[in-house]
Order: sequence, then structure tokens, then C-alpha cells
Amino acid sequence: MFIFLIISFIFAIISLLLPRIFGHKKEEPEKNVPYECSILPFGDARVRYDVQYYLFALLFVLFDVEIVLLFPWALIFKNFANPIFILIEGIIFIMILLVGLIYAWKRGALTWRA
Amino acid sequence: MVLKYRFEGYEIEVKDNEILLNLGPQHPSTHGLCRLVIKMEGEKVKEIIPVIGYLHRGVEKICENRSYIQIIPITDRMDYLSSMNNNFAYVLAVEELLGLKIPERAEYLRVIAAELNRIASHLLFIATFGMDIGSFTAFMYGFRDREMILDLLEEMAGARMLYNYMRIGGVKRDVGKEFFERCLKVLDKLEEKLKDYERFFLENELFINRTKGIGILKPEDAIKLGVTGPNLRASGVKYDIRRVDPYSIYDRFDFNVITDNGCDSYARFIVRLKEIKESMKIVRQAIRDIPEGDISARVPKVIRPPEGEVYSRVESPRGELGVYIYSDGKSDKPYRIKFRVPSFANLSAFPHFNKGIMLADLIVSFASIDIVLGDIDR
Amino acid sequence: MLNMISYELLLFVLAPILILVFLSLDVLFLTWLERKVIARIQLRYGPNRTGPFGLLQPLADALKLIQKEDIIPKTADKVVFTLAPIISFVAASLPFMFIPFSKFFQISFIENALIFLLATSALSAIGILLAAWGSNSKYPLLGGMRAIVQVLSYEIPLVLAVLSIVLIVGSFKLTDIVEFQEKNTWLILLQPLGFLIFFISGLAEASRVPFDLPESESELVAGFHTEYSGMKFALLLFAEYIHLILISILITIFYLGGWLIPGIYYLENIAITIGNSFNIPSHISISILHFIILIIKAHIIIFLILWITRGTLFRIRVYSLPVFSWKGLVPLSMINLIITAILVVM
Repeated sequence: MFIFLIISFIFAIISLLLPRIFGHKKEEPEKNVPYECSILPFGDARVRYDVQYYLFALLFVLFDVEIVLLFPWALIFKNFANPIFILIEGIIFIMILLVGLIYAWKRGALTWRA
Repeated sequence: MVLKYRFEGYEIEVKDNEILLNLGPQHPSTHGLCRLVIKMEGEKVKEIIPVIGYLHRGVEKICENRSYIQIIPITDRMDYLSSMNNNFAYVLAVEELLGLKIPERAEYLRVIAAELNRIASHLLFIATFGMDIGSFTAFMYGFRDREMILDLLEEMAGARMLYNYMRIGGVKRDVGKEFFERCLKVLDKLEEKLKDYERFFLENELFINRTKGIGILKPEDAIKLGVTGPNLRASGVKYDIRRVDPYSIYDRFDFNVITDNGCDSYARFIVRLKEIKESMKIVRQAIRDIPEGDISARVPKVIRPPEGEVYSRVESPRGELGVYIYSDGKSDKPYRIKFRVPSFANLSAFPHFNKGIMLADLIVSFASIDIVLGDIDR
Repeated sequence: MLNMISYELLLFVLAPILILVFLSLDVLFLTWLERKVIARIQLRYGPNRTGPFGLLQPLADALKLIQKEDIIPKTADKVVFTLAPIISFVAASLPFMFIPFSKFFQISFIENALIFLLATSALSAIGILLAAWGSNSKYPLLGGMRAIVQVLSYEIPLVLAVLSIVLIVGSFKLTDIVEFQEKNTWLILLQPLGFLIFFISGLAEASRVPFDLPESESELVAGFHTEYSGMKFALLLFAEYIHLILISILITIFYLGGWLIPGIYYLENIAITIGNSFNIPSHISISILHFIILIIKAHIIIFLILWITRGTLFRIRVYSLPVFSWKGLVPLSMINLIITAILVVM
């Protein structure tokens, strides 16, 4: 498993080193300016960014954590002794998730305010 | 924290959660060399400043040093997508100055050329509009169909883009009977292709979603800001120079002035799509009615108009194209020539109706006003 | 004993190299295929000068990219900027560890392959974010932010769609999923809604055309890889295509029966006979057969993706992108999960 990781790392690094051998290098000051449609950029690109993106990331974390809890449920579902019990359990859990989603929906977290 | 940036005579304040972004000159969807300086918060556009002049060649000044005939090819190079209409506007102005009466056949040929050119220009709009929304397929289809029209125009003028076809007093050369037959055949083919476009664009949910309600230009604002052409008609104002101030022989043709009350990018697209059909109608009528005869009036070798000034205008594919000429009566060169170009007015209106939209929508809206930078910068 | 060691060696060292080489070649092939298919749709010829049908074009491109100068913008964070393509590539190729290319061939045989698969496939967002932030340029920043929102939003319906499959199969092993389909029927018939959700989310994860906002050419020039050139760009491109391959292979395994086709037993028998004549153990010859069938199926899916989406669709609107997932796909996939659970109990 780790061998794959290491090998793919080596693969990537080798391909990055290839231009060192075959590529050419010519220093020019204009070449290393960040691209902004051929105009010198105004200031830095590291700005405080729109919070809207962060909201979606936050929602993702919430839901992903909750979905992780569903994994073991899904795994044992088929061979569980008391199917009705586990079904209702699962439905209750998913309903809680849905209610959370509807809450976020109603609070306007899912609309992108333009 | 507020930063101040200066460029091209503007001074703009930028807070620390805002970005000042250059969109252009080297950008895939600015249709030439237009630079839009955009102040954004996230992807929300707060301020747009168009910076122009990257394609400035000084056409008006060059014209002052050329004889009247030599100016015709220069007008080709202004709005390079509707050269015929530029020629048309210019020769109309000079003819008015001279008081020339031109033969019937030449008038018809001019109208056919101008309308075919309008179709080609609108097809290119459809192509680039599709590409800006993300479908390169639309781009290729638009170009393919424009090619058929370009072939026709090549047959007329000998060139595919910069035609230099119209002359003071007439047109450069005549076309044969076969040309008209071919022309009608192409129009029939195009009619079929237009159905394809309608299916490709108007039945596509994503397209409607991307264009409906984007870049809303209210009719009163459009009139105030001097917007003309399909952009104005898409705001519901029935204004077409071919109708309100018919030049040449446009009063003889039966065609509709297309308007749409949508005021948005979608409406601008629809208007242009429908205008292609109207142009086809005009070309068909012109081919039906065209008489035999001369293609040029008798014009002196050296054109020396009497002292005076003239403003003539035509409906170019982009809007009102006006030519103002002042002749001092002594030389064979215009003393001053000024082009009132539609793209310039349309671009200057652009920042006013696009505040507060998203960057992706800005691109759509920008594509929908269909400007040509050669026209703006001259 | 010697046989055992050589088999282990094969599995642990040779197999990853083989898979990576295969992926690289397939990416090269896919760039050619994409250009050719789209050219056909768009009334063009596509590459046709280099070799037969332009087949050598990707090789020429690769050679060109190797020769290109390695440019790092002076304002960029050099470490992050260089690290981003490496991480993108590694993250994109990691999930292939857990993919069964045949009944017997999977690089890492672990019980919970599915969880690892989903976890590693979500890693690619990190590479994109690093690329966007490391460039310190505005277009990559915008593209990167879009990419993150997109990947995060579509991860949830994707996982929920997979969960419905786990419900039916009752195992996290991908080989079990295929085996289940062998015994019963292809899962697309049991999970039509899940298939649709998975397909759409997969397109978004791989940022294919209706969802190609992170690099929407007409808006953001090239999105998060605007500043990249040469081999760094190539690695990012690789990562993207590998993602496409991954999604199509997953669709094949989850919904279209993996390496199963009608009449597979005859083919297996033929493969074993041919293998025997070359003294190849039967499980290896079956593996090769399964691998070929799986890859062909996956490529049919890729072809459909290229044809249906890239050829005919427009780009989706940027702020309806996460909204479409959260308001449309997420509730839908939850309902799908509940319905599946009820049906399994019944």
C-alpha cells in the first residue's frame, strides 16, 4: 500500500525533473510575472476571500462527518438480526440529516447571494 | 485597510476583501483587445472600468490625409466584421455631399451586400456567444455557416473580410445571374441551419439558465446611454435606422423590426437570431426585384466635394453607424471625418447595467452586447 | 516458496509500476481520443498529421512539454507551487490501489477498500487548492475556490449513492460488489436513481464540461493551472484525466458489472486455454481478460461523457453549481438511500 504511494511520488518527481535535463532556461524579468492578461497585476492575490465559499465548506464538513456514521450502519444492514429495527434507526438518522439540510436551506445558507 | 491604485487616469480604492482584476487585453473572451478593470468581492463584480485603445490606429486622422476614394478601404478596417456596412455609411455620406444619384442596380447590389454581411456578423455573434458560455461546438457551427456567406461575399467583392466593395457612385463590380441562384440556395440552406441553432440553444436548459435575467438593460437607460442596434431592440425599443430614417432603397423592402421585451442577454441573442431571418427576407426581395443596368454613376476621377458638412448613418449589425464629413471645398481630401461607431456607445453603457453581477455572468453579458474592438479604437 | 516470493514481489513492486505506466499511456490515449471525438462533433479533423490518425500527437505533446522551461512566477510560493502538481498526481492515482482490476488483481487487498477509495479520491481537492494558492495570482485563486466548492459539494451525493450500493451488497469490498452483480443483476437496474446521481457527481468531481468551472476558459483563462507550464502543467493535466478514468472505472464496477459481460465464462475458458499453451497460470490469464473487459467498458463510459457533455452542453452557472448539489442531489440521494433500505428489508 505504501509502496504504491512511494512509487507514484517517485513517478511524479522524476517527471518534474525531466525538464531540468531536456528543458532550457532563459531568465527574463517579464516572464516571471504572474499572469493577468498581459498587464502588471494590481497588488497581491492573497486577499480576504468571499465567505460564501467557506459556508459551503463548513456544510460539507458537517454532512461528511454525519455520513461517516452511516457507513457501519450500511455495512451491517443486510445481515442484521432485526431488520425492522435497523431500518427505522437508519431512517431516523437520515431524517435528522434531512432536517439539518432543510434548516440550512431555510436559513439561506444554500443560496448563493449575488 | 484601503489601497489606492492608479491606472490610465483612473484612481480606484480597493478594500482588503476586494480584488482588482484585469480582464484583458489578453483574455479569451474580450473579443479582441479590450481591457476591463474589475473590482470584485469574491466573484461579485462591484465596479467595471473599460480601458480601450489597444487597437488604436488613428483611422480618423489617416482619413484626413487620404483622398475620398482611398478612404474606402480604411473604413473596412474599423468594424472588420461588417465591412460592407462601413463602406455603405461612408459612400452614402460622400454621395450626399456630392449630390450624386446612383443607378438602381448598384443600390440593390449594395443592399444585398450589406444584408449578407449582417447575416455573417450575426452568425459570428452566435458562434462567439456560444463559446463564451462554454460550448466550443456552437463556435464551430457558427463559423461553418458564416463561411457560406463569406463565399458569396468573396464572389461579389473578391475578398472575404475586408471587401472594399462599394465605390462613390456605385459598386466595384457587377455579379452574374448565377450568383443570385447560388445566393438563394445558400439562404435556403441557412434556413435549415437556423432551425438547428434554435434546437441547440433555445431548447437547452443550461443556456437559458445562463442567459435569462443576465445584464438587464432597461429601455430608458438604453436610450439615455446611447445604445443602438440589436442591443436597444432587445430592450423593447423599436428603433432601426432602416425604418426610422430609411437610407438607400430600404423603404422598398418589407421586413419587420425585431424587438424583445426581455432586456437581458437572452433577449439580445434572440433578437440577433431573428434578425438573420429578416435580413434573409430582404436579400430575397432584392434578388427578386433587382433591375439590369449600370452599376456606377458617372463620377469624376478626382472627387472634390463643395464646401459643406454631412452626417449620414446606416444600421450596421451593431447599431447606428454614423459618418460625419466636413469638406473645405478646396482639396480632394476631407478636412475632418468622424465616425460615430455603435460599439463605442454600447461598451460605454456596459459598466452601468452590470454592477453587482457575478464574474461568470459578466462574461455572458459582455459577449451579448457584441462589440468589435477595431470599431471602438479605430 | 520461491513462487510465493516472486508473486508477492510482483504484486508489491511491479504492479504499482504497471498500473502507473498503464495510467500514463491511457491518459495520453485519452487526450488523443478527446481531441478526435470532439473534433468530429465540431466538424473538424482533429490531430491527423503525426502518425496514423494523429495517434502520435500526444507523444509529440509530451515531448514538447518535457522540453519546456520550468517557469515559477516570482511572487509565487515556490514550495507550494512545486508541491501542488505532485500532490495532485499522487492523490489522483492513489485510489487505483483499491480498485480490483480483476477477480484476483488488486494492489491492496483490504477489507475496507471502499472507505479508503472514497477518502483518497477526495484528496485531489488539496492539490487544486495548493496550486491555486501557491500561484499567488488572481485567476488561479478564483478557479481554485470554485474547484473546492465544486468538489466538496458533490462529494456528499457521491458518497450517499455509494452507500446505497453498500446497503444492497453488504460489503466494503469492491470485488464483493462485482460478485454480487455476478450472482444477481447489474446494479444499474436496481439503482437507476443512484446511477444518475453518481454519474452527475462524478462528472462534477472530475470537472468535466457542464461542471468545468474551475478552469472555464472563457472566464478564468485556465483556472487554477493558469500559471503552470511544462511538466508541472502536464502533471496537473494527468491528474485530471486520471480522475476521469477513475470515475468511469468506478461507474463500471458499481453499476455496470465491472468485468462481467454476457458469456464471460466462455471467454474465461478460452483465456485459460490460451494461457495454458504459454504456461501462464490460469488466474493470471483470467486477470488479463477481466482487465481488458473492464478497461473497454470504462472507455465506453468515457466516450459517452465526451460525446454527451463536452460535445453538446454549455457550462453551468457558477452559483447554481453548489446549489444544484445541495438542493437537488443531496436530498435526492438521501431519499434514494431510504428507499433502498426499505427495499432491502422487504
